[in-house]
Amino acid sequence: MSNELKRVYGYLAEFDNPQDLAHAAEQIRDAGFKRWDVHSPYAIHGMDAAMGLGRSRLPWFVFGGGVLGLTTGFLLAYVTQVIIYPTVVQAKPVNIHTTPAFFPPMFELTILFSGFTTLFVLLALMGLPRLNHPFFAARQAHKATDDGLLIVIEARDPLFSKEETRPFLEKLGGKNIELVEDAI
Amino acid sequence: MAEATATAPSTEESATTDDSGVKVLARETLVLNERSMGWITNRIAGIVENKQPAYWWFLFIPAALIALLGVGFGLSYQVSTGVGVWGNNNTAMWGWPIVNFVFWIGIGHAGTLISAILFLTRQNWRTSINRAAEAMTIFAVMCAGIFPAFHVGRVWFAWFLAPVPNHMAVWQNFKSALLWDVFAVSTYFTISLIFWFLGMVPDLATIRDRAKPGIRKAIYGIFSLGWRGGNRQWRHYEMAYMILAGISTPLVLSVHTVVSFDFATSVVPGWHTTIFPPYFVAGAIFGGFAMVLTLMIPCRSIYGLHDVITMKHIDNMAKIIALTGTIVGYAYLMELFVAWYSGQKYEFDAFMMRLADGPKTSSYYAMMFCNVISPQIFWFKAMRQNLVVVMIVCMFVNVGMWFERYVIIVTTLPRMFLPAEWGNYFPSFTDWVLFIGTIGMFISLFLLFLRFLPCINIAEVKWTRKNAHAHKDPLSDKVKGYVTEEQVRSGEVA
Repeated sequence: MSNELKRVYGYLAEFDNPQDLAHAAEQIRDAGFKRWDVHSPYAIHGMDAAMGLGRSRLPWFVFGGGVLGLTTGFLLAYVTQVIIYPTVVQAKPVNIHTTPAFFPPMFELTILFSGFTTLFVLLALMGLPRLNHPFFAARQAHKATDDGLLIVIEARDPLFSKEETRPFLEKLGGKNIELVEDAI
Repeated sequence: MAEATATAPSTEESATTDDSGVKVLARETLVLNERSMGWITNRIAGIVENKQPAYWWFLFIPAALIALLGVGFGLSYQVSTGVGVWGNNNTAMWGWPIVNFVFWIGIGHAGTLISAILFLTRQNWRTSINRAAEAMTIFAVMCAGIFPAFHVGRVWFAWFLAPVPNHMAVWQNFKSALLWDVFAVSTYFTISLIFWFLGMVPDLATIRDRAKPGIRKAIYGIFSLGWRGGNRQWRHYEMAYMILAGISTPLVLSVHTVVSFDFATSVVPGWHTTIFPPYFVAGAIFGGFAMVLTLMIPCRSIYGLHDVITMKHIDNMAKIIALTGTIVGYAYLMELFVAWYSGQKYEFDAFMMRLADGPKTSSYYAMMFCNVISPQIFWFKAMRQNLVVVMIVCMFVNVGMWFERYVIIVTTLPRMFLPAEWGNYFPSFTDWVLFIGTIGMFISLFLLFLRFLPCINIAEVKWTRKNAHAHKDPLSDKVKGYVTEEQVRSGEVA
């Protein structure tokens, strides 16, 4: 253990309640930090604004996925029913006017593709699945899924300093401040 | 939810900004006794971590046996012998398999309703029941899927339903309601599974973080995808949750609409009506809510979840049952009215055979009593608060919704246009075995869910606690001028 190399991941501080947490987040945002995060057991309202985060880009991807699904649904039905193997049933025409009969599969494929896009783009945006992360090296990391309201300022941030960031977090009301070190 | 709810200020907030001394009714608390976040974690994760109570085994062993014998034996016998082992005949070619299919798929709809529609309408009380309801959806759709897959006759040809290039160069008929159904049900199952799984990721991480290093921690670790609860994750996660709710809402309405098209796009008297889609959707929600209550009331008392599944939750669900039951009742009466008013002889006769001189009139009255009359008792608050009454009514509804599909299929098909070809329908022993088998399968899957997965959304329940967000709740500092419902009822305040 003694000669094991360690890399500083950052400082972790715990806060008493969501209001203090949001207040601290606003101060960190205003101080100009970029590489930091708030860890909480549930999504806190107003935290995006306090951290200076914009709206998620996810909906744009999902819109694209939905359009792709709609197109796929239409082409699947139209090409097979009208072009490859014209199927004359139910007194319906075999041309573009038969499209309304394809609406249910088109709708369902729109939803299906949107759902898959949501899943996979969400995982990409969150950077998951990622089973190892230096955050888990923190002794208090388990609190983030139980009852802890945590802020982590990462060492990668240009403003981070091993000496000054700790008093800064203390000033903001942070408790149980911990220097998170990850084994290399 | 962070971004979602920020755009929709609740009415309570504006109501209490008034300092003129006007009394404001308190919002019902969703987590009783001011339970802490740690308590919520312990109580819900504890269900998965601790030894299961004896009840669990008493229910699981018979349910699993019934599932094994019913579904395993029933299907083996059916596949090895042929569809002739069912009671289906030339006139009633749909019989019980399709009755059971529509019954189970309908059960599933409440799960999506609770997690999607109640999310979009900001009904925060859904947080403690949505997980179990979604699980119920998944299991009910699994039970449902068995029936049409095997009803095709030769199950090894079930892949004909999928649009894949084949040696016959023939494609599916995309104008057929039955193919629409294939798309609707398979999409519904897939999207429900994604919604359920994504919703569970933060809670699986909770269990992972509580587990000792070992296989258990590794498995929960893999399924929680390395979730860290960072707000940079939450903001995308919340958006994804809202999108999934947004796409699931039209999806759930479409699924039972398409199921009703299986009937309504035919020319069978009694089926060929435009009221079928809304009537089926309302019926599905109605039956599904009854099943949610049937499962959650025992679960709540066995696992001591009274502080998170409160009487308010049960009260709300009972109200929804009363509402949707009444909508279903309206649909039943409107069907009868239109059958008479349209002057369509065959339509009118179809309903007369259900009501008066057909072979299965008793099932029509059973359906009417269970679905329309019995939920009316929920007009009384005392009845909604009485768990015994709620359970009994829910059982009636479960039975009644099965009878509804039975009436639609089995009283209609054997008596169509030509009296010369009239027949009747009786279920066979295999029909019984298979249906009871799926009930066992549903119960055992649900019990396994309780055993291995967090049955209540831990993260969202924490989200509904008081002052849980960046800004304090507007009500919390205004205890003055703020009364509870009990005080009003007892006459303590005017």
